[in-house]
Amino acid sequence: MSQVSTQRSTASAKPGKPTKVGSMQRPRYGIHLFLIVMAVLWLIPLGWAVFTALRPKADTDKFGYFSLGGSFNFQNFVTAWNQGGFATLFTNSAIIVVPSVILTLAFASMMAFAVSRFSWKFNVTLLIMFTAGNLLPPQVLAAPLFEMFKHFELPYSVSDSGNLLNTYFAVIAVDTAFQVGFCTFVLSNYMKALPQDMTEAAFVDGAGVWRQYWSIIMPLTRPALAALGTLEIIWIYNDFFWPLLFIQSGSKLPVTTGLNNLQGQFLSNYNLLAAGAIITVIPTLIIYLALQRQFVAGLTLGASKG
Amino acid sequence: MADTTLGAPASARGLLSPGRPRRRRRYSLLSRRDKIVLGAMVFVPTLIQLVLIWIPTVISVFLSFVRWNGLAFSDIRPAGLANYAYVFRDYPPFWPALQHNVLWLVFLAVIATPLGLLLAILLDQNIRGTRIYQSIFFGPVMLSLVLIGVIWQLFYSQNNGLLNFLLGTSGTPRAVDWFGDPKVNIWAALIAATWRHAGYVMILYLAGLKGVDPSLREAASLDGANAVQTFFRVVFPVMRPINIVIVVITIIESLRAFDIVYIINRGTNGLELISALVIQNLVGEGQVIGVGSALAAILLVVSLVPIIIYLSRTFKKEA
Repeated sequence: MSQVSTQRSTASAKPGKPTKVGSMQRPRYGIHLFLIVMAVLWLIPLGWAVFTALRPKADTDKFGYFSLGGSFNFQNFVTAWNQGGFATLFTNSAIIVVPSVILTLAFASMMAFAVSRFSWKFNVTLLIMFTAGNLLPPQVLAAPLFEMFKHFELPYSVSDSGNLLNTYFAVIAVDTAFQVGFCTFVLSNYMKALPQDMTEAAFVDGAGVWRQYWSIIMPLTRPALAALGTLEIIWIYNDFFWPLLFIQSGSKLPVTTGLNNLQGQFLSNYNLLAAGAIITVIPTLIIYLALQRQFVAGLTLGASKG
Repeated sequence: MADTTLGAPASARGLLSPGRPRRRRRYSLLSRRDKIVLGAMVFVPTLIQLVLIWIPTVISVFLSFVRWNGLAFSDIRPAGLANYAYVFRDYPPFWPALQHNVLWLVFLAVIATPLGLLLAILLDQNIRGTRIYQSIFFGPVMLSLVLIGVIWQLFYSQNNGLLNFLLGTSGTPRAVDWFGDPKVNIWAALIAATWRHAGYVMILYLAGLKGVDPSLREAASLDGANAVQTFFRVVFPVMRPINIVIVVITIIESLRAFDIVYIINRGTNGLELISALVIQNLVGEGQVIGVGSALAAILLVVSLVPIIIYLSRTFKKEA
């Protein structure tokens, strides 16, 4: 590494390159200066939201938003929580996210197991189909899915819309279908890299396909499942589009889509809007602090390890 | 979902040695019960993919050639190319939207992606506090684009936003409404999108840089290459699988861009994007399913280009 770093220091002679660095002995002020400036720029939008959220509206009206006057407290968070109906929004998000993530990982791991541990005629074809499906813009499917769910008639005792619109089932099903493709791709690469001898030995011992999947491959795949699970929790929690399309009643919306209504509701009160925005960050922040490594692993799983 | 996640080709990294598929179990050796179990494991996910992704994709193309009010199936009337003719000739937001999608792609490709790469290169050098910097730049990647829209709305607001205070124009007639003014709002939205995209690219390239064999750099430096030469001639080409992933992610993110413009103003008044026009035609008073589907089909055809490039590179050695 030292060699590389010393080598890099010679690059400082090159004009117009921001990688001006000192040698290993000298701290690299140029890089640090650049990174500190960028980091501050990066933190400003979120920092401003937190700053605004902590100040009462009366104080910002009196002193202006760009000031330090007045008091700082959490009252806006309490008000935003109650007026925005965040208890309901978070419950709705949980109702969508938990089943979607579990179903996605279950289906994706089964499919990945079948395509990576056995060779049959269409396994690569199906894997290509799964991978491609994940990459389509969701808007391409909006009209057909909306009409399919609208014309799928249900008794009113099951669905208050008389069809699959305005049901969590619609959102969970489509979220799952959309995410299964990517997870299948990553898990199949992961499972392919597991030694073939393990399932071979189990097969000789008379273990059926299900036992090989559940007792041998799944435990070994745990790191990948943890990483993908974390990633999918965030992705599905952040999903805006499908609930927007399928769910009409505001009381059924999850947090991310509910922000759309909240923005209109709090438009005249930036302090409340900021507090509402910060509240929706909280679940993400918890996962960010607790499971950042898993999340990054999920993102880079395919990209770095193949 | 506005998030594009991709894996790099396993085959490109040599994980699939040619001998491996032969060692995989042959389907025909399985017992009948095992065949049923395996069949179910394949059938259920495949059925979900077909019913909820691929059949709707085909229907979407079909709907672009008909006129329909969305009520009874018997109301469907053939329309030929009328929907497309309308979109190309008589639908005012279409060409601006297409330009905005191209601008989105160019901005992400020329500003956001290189910025992410630069951050990754700098943070890869064992500098002090690298984990803190990484956490900061990476933070916005975990936020939804909707939330990013709201957070930047607070920053950009005409009278109460930080930006106009810092520029000294707040409260004056010169104060710009960054998200409202159709001349500037696409740029304001692009900067907000960059906030997220650069961190995403950074984290992928950091993983890629860690995977580069250090002996390659040593060999290059022994041969007298400087850091810039080493990077562009040796390190960057070695990261080819990641580069492809990043190119595809950048293209697809720019086609999928939707949430952030929708939360700002539903994708109107300077923020038209094809994806937003699709939705505008499907919901609301217009409800022109044929026109919305024609726009969706155009979006599909454009999206298939990067998707096919990616798939052919990824699965070339396996098929």
